[in-house]
Amino acid sequence: MAGSTQSRRSVLSRVRYLGSAHDGTHHFWIQRLTAIALVPLTVWFVISIIMLAGAPYEDMTAWLSQPVPAILMVLLIAATFHHAQLGLQVVIEDYVHQQGLRVAGLVLVKLGAVALGFAAVFAVLKIAFGG
Amino acid sequence: MSSHQRPLSPHLQVYRWQLTMAMSILHRVTGVALAVGTLLLVWWLLAAASGPEAYEAARACMGSWFGRLLLFGWSFALFYHLFNGIRHLGWDLGLGFEIKTAYATGWTVCAASVVVTIVVWIAAYAAMGAL
Repeated sequence: MAGSTQSRRSVLSRVRYLGSAHDGTHHFWIQRLTAIALVPLTVWFVISIIMLAGAPYEDMTAWLSQPVPAILMVLLIAATFHHAQLGLQVVIEDYVHQQGLRVAGLVLVKLGAVALGFAAVFAVLKIAFGG
Repeated sequence: MSSHQRPLSPHLQVYRWQLTMAMSILHRVTGVALAVGTLLLVWWLLAAASGPEAYEAARACMGSWFGRLLLFGWSFALFYHLFNGIRHLGWDLGLGFEIKTAYATGWTVCAASVVVTIVVWIAAYAAMGAL
């Protein structure tokens, strides 16, 4: 580590701290950050779904029109898709070795997560702003 | 992949299945399942944003026996991934690495996932007035 005088890493490598993936700890850190965010958000989501089980259209949209559920739902969507995308990326990198399929898979996961996330956020906002 | 004749690590089949490895793999499996399950969340939100007819169609589909079966599976995946994810966050903090502790937390996660899944479904049915 930084304080060690015995380190065999080059000075530049230590300054950059990027390692062999050239990405440093960014992926690891964001996956943990979104995981921490998802703990309370998931608890809220599950309780909300229990309350909404079998709810008719009017009840569901009335609930999601309120500021707090709408904001929490948007946060849940953002954290979920960011977390899912990071996780699926690792799964693809670990198991898909054929270069073309691997790149295609990574592109699909990244773009798919963005598209689905934005679609879900749009739906929440439309309901919240009385669509 | 490189085609050099390098020594390989022992093949997977020589390992005896253990709780810790099974749970590690199940964490990935449930993560991928939940990523697929986000499609359902997006569908539910978009249906609600589209109007009463689309929402009713989605509700009927999710309320069918097959829809409920899928939701039951996803709810278990969610709780397993949530509880085991908290176990992983503990490891990230350097906690619970002792073998006895890893098994104790592992069994706790398994039991909690099953119990919470069942309790949540009972609560949801009770909230619908179906009990």
